[in-house]
Amino acid sequence: MKKRFSLRHALVLCKRNLIKLTRTPEQLIDVTLQPIIFLVLFLYVFGGAIEHGSRSEYLQFLVPGLIGQTIAMSSISIGQNMNADIGNGVFDRFRSLPIARSVPLVGAVLADFFRYLLLCVILVGFGYLLGFRIATNPLLLFAALGLSICFALSFAWVSLWVGMTVRTAGAVQGVMFLLIFPLSFGSNAFVPAATMPGWLQAFVSVNPLSHLVSAVRALLLGGPVAAQVGWTFAWVAGLLVVFFPLALRGYIRRT
Amino acid sequence: MTDLAIEATGLTKAFGETKALAGVDLAARTGSVLAVLGPNGAGKTTAVRILATLLRADGGTARVNGFDVRKQPAKVRESIGLTGQFASVDEDLTGTQNLVMIGQLLDLPTRAAKQRAAELLAWFDLTEAAGKVAKTYSGGMRRRLDLAASLVGRPRVVFLDEPTTGLDPAKREDMWDVVRSLVSDGSTVLLTTQYLEEADALADEITVMDHGQVIAHDTPHGLKRVVGGQRLTVRPADPARHDDLLDVLRGIGQAPQDDGRGTVTVRVDGDDVLPDVVARLRAAGIAVDEFSLHLPSLDEVFFTLTGTRSRDNGREALV
Repeated sequence: MKKRFSLRHALVLCKRNLIKLTRTPEQLIDVTLQPIIFLVLFLYVFGGAIEHGSRSEYLQFLVPGLIGQTIAMSSISIGQNMNADIGNGVFDRFRSLPIARSVPLVGAVLADFFRYLLLCVILVGFGYLLGFRIATNPLLLFAALGLSICFALSFAWVSLWVGMTVRTAGAVQGVMFLLIFPLSFGSNAFVPAATMPGWLQAFVSVNPLSHLVSAVRALLLGGPVAAQVGWTFAWVAGLLVVFFPLALRGYIRRT
Repeated sequence: MTDLAIEATGLTKAFGETKALAGVDLAARTGSVLAVLGPNGAGKTTAVRILATLLRADGGTARVNGFDVRKQPAKVRESIGLTGQFASVDEDLTGTQNLVMIGQLLDLPTRAAKQRAAELLAWFDLTEAAGKVAKTYSGGMRRRLDLAASLVGRPRVVFLDEPTTGLDPAKREDMWDVVRSLVSDGSTVLLTTQYLEEADALADEITVMDHGQVIAHDTPHGLKRVVGGQRLTVRPADPARHDDLLDVLRGIGQAPQDDGRGTVTVRVDGDDVLPDVVARLRAAGIAVDEFSLHLPSLDEVFFTLTGTRSRDNGREALV
């Protein structure tokens, strides 16, 4: 006999995570400073060398790509934090309460919504200061950000699974880097895939980050959106179906 | 429905090669206090974690409030409160935030959760610290907040795992008062302890555990009859009078024991023999440095019950 999942319970624990975040605001570096650093780095260091017209044209290409890449990078912290957090005695208390076992994990993911929102606002806002302009309309901007956060919240379960599986918080980072580097650079985030060898193009075309970046580009700059948005949602669903149960199983084993 | 709030039969649990529990029976009547007495590593915490559904037993059955801990864990969790050996509070949250969070997870409306939090903080003398982050609390305050957190839902069965270990004597008395008031409200309490004195002060029945097994179960009165009630310990001011002291104490009670460190301990039947002892010491002209009446230490209890000293002899057994 299992206790049914309650959204209110998850929101209570979401609030707990947000309170913890306000106690150590430096935890927000990965969604505040990091996107700014990447934007400056790629635009001014690599931007000139990348064959893509002028710098301002490359900026238009880069901002949607960085949304995909920084979302993947920022997912690392939820796995790291939960890895450290479950050693906290309060998790014993959660387990002795009549709440569903998944509640602490879902609460942590819900709290991450605000981190990703901040990430998107900073990236698009700082991009705007450097000259990035959307070619469509504000409604599609919101759609793009919504899609990105949706993807981020499902990708967070990969990080949670790693966090529940490896032993230390440091190891979470190591494993996630191994995963995120091929995903973010083996994609169309920074350069078009056309110059890559065929086998790599094949990888780029199935890479979930490529689909997210293509969908965001189409929503912000124009072009056909339906297929790429569809693929992105397929990946969102796929990641959830696979990694939610895996993360939950890891959590139950661990505590 | 039986009148037993806690009922465990033949619990077994192994961690790898280590047998933590080797067939343990426990029973507590509704509204009573059951003390589980034993040294570190006896299996007390394992038993509590099984009863609180945090751990699954390898064998045996257990019911709490009539619900099977294996088959109906959610039902069990609705009616229990647990305070572990290590305070399970969230250090980044304030006292109030900790308790309100637990209340909301127990489906109290937010206003009721806040009210209950304030009530408990007042009861545990934490009102002034209510808005401070738990990280800044002293060990005793954390312990009290932890106990408060386990009482948010007014549980009918409360598990206290060594609630006074590491507390100073005054705080220990406070904790005892809390236990007494829980019982007077009709709750059932299972507490684990290393102190016979604590078990004697609070419990209706005492189960003594060692090496994952129950080695005795009795009322405090019955247990004390077996292990011999109070001890009188005397240390002569002049070590040369040691043998004279032994002669005097032989006249008082059974077989005085010499601990080899200059003190002599003798079993006595009650404190009414004290004037007599004092008179005899004065008549013999023996001055004393130490003169104390106490219950047997855990070591002495185990010595009497099992005929062997409990394993970790180096540990200071305080009573």
